[in-house]
Amino acid sequence: MIKDLFYFLIFPGMIFSVLMGGILSWSDRKITARVQFRKGPPFLQPFYDIGKLFYKETILPEHGARLTFLAAPVFALFSATLANVFILLPSIFPGSGFKGDLIVVFYLLTIPSLSYIIGSLASGNPLASLGASREIKLIMSYELTFILALACIVIKSGMSLSISDIIAAQQEGGAFIGSVSGVLLFIVILFVIQAKLALVPFDMSEAETEIAHGVFIEYSGSAYAIIKMARYIMLFTLPSLMMTLLMGGFSLSGFGILWSILKLVVILLLITLIRNTNPRLRLDQAMRFFFIWMNLIAVIAIGLSIIKL
Amino acid sequence: MSLGSYCFRKSLWVFHFGGASCNNCDIEILDCLTSRYDIERFGMQLVGTIRHADVLLVSGSINRKCRARLLKVYNQAPKPILVVAFGACGCTGGIFAEGNVFGGPVDTIIPVDAYIPGCPPKPEAILAGIVKLLNK
Repeated sequence: MIKDLFYFLIFPGMIFSVLMGGILSWSDRKITARVQFRKGPPFLQPFYDIGKLFYKETILPEHGARLTFLAAPVFALFSATLANVFILLPSIFPGSGFKGDLIVVFYLLTIPSLSYIIGSLASGNPLASLGASREIKLIMSYELTFILALACIVIKSGMSLSISDIIAAQQEGGAFIGSVSGVLLFIVILFVIQAKLALVPFDMSEAETEIAHGVFIEYSGSAYAIIKMARYIMLFTLPSLMMTLLMGGFSLSGFGILWSILKLVVILLLITLIRNTNPRLRLDQAMRFFFIWMNLIAVIAIGLSIIKL
Repeated sequence: MSLGSYCFRKSLWVFHFGGASCNNCDIEILDCLTSRYDIERFGMQLVGTIRHADVLLVSGSINRKCRARLLKVYNQAPKPILVVAFGACGCTGGIFAEGNVFGGPVDTIIPVDAYIPGCPPKPEAILAGIVKLLNK
């Protein structure tokens, strides 16, 4: 019991992943600044932001469901943390985890977006409900692609649904990214991560210039700080899921740590560069992108992985 | 100084309220975000909603229609909030001060923490105003 609480709250759960996510968020902003020939924020900036938001007043909506409005960020934070624990534990302790935890992780990674939707609808703000409807459509477009990509990984690992078995299969036969279908999957999952994190080509649900942060428009103070923490955790969780599924997972011994950090930084660099070199897509463009092109690539990858390419 | 107010000074998020502005101040604000002056060094960001804001930046002359809106936006902000009157119109009314529809300089409507005069203020003046705000 105490061990489980330690896993959930400290390592590899909440505190560790907020720290890692904050560092990744700083690197994201710093890379963005360097791309635009700016200097960028100081290293501790994400933590200053969170500290400041906890210091500020939290305003509740006058005409809204207040309890739902406040509970939604907490659900987002806890499900993101839980997904992080389920993804990282099999890498840290080989053989841990349970049968079917890949599916549990898939559902847990959807809950943050869903709870942002519920919270924004509970706030009673028209722009927030506009953002929520955009977010729902975005979820509908990328979830099918994501589950096709996961199905392909299940096929490649010899029909196993547990993350530790997937890591073991990669340790025996080489990382999945070393095959043709693995490269295709890398592209697909990269764009799914981009959409799940609501970064720029797919940030129409919080488009700050059109609908003023959309789903987060009414959140202030501590509630917004919790949302920020959940987003930092997702920024760490999704690249680490990609590492676990395609690049052989984390390793915490000797040079393995450096190698893991390198993989994480490369994924983050790709995400940030996509974010900085693209304009915001319209919703129909994003849906077409996922429904036609990404699904096509994922299906091709499934076909290739059945004939073991 | 408590940890909270230290973090507050390190990460000021700016919400820009444009009154009846001639857009020259707005362009100078955008100058501050670009690579030469880059106020993100100080942790400052422009945000799109007043609920996330720590600094309410009021530019342009406030006419009678704007007056009630500015007060409403100020009341919607989560406290503590700093108010900056920006440009000659925000500080005193500028050339519109004797106009028919002028609704008063910003400090007659809401409490103001810093004034940045100029028509428009240069980015250096904005940075000097920020430094004064941070040392307050």
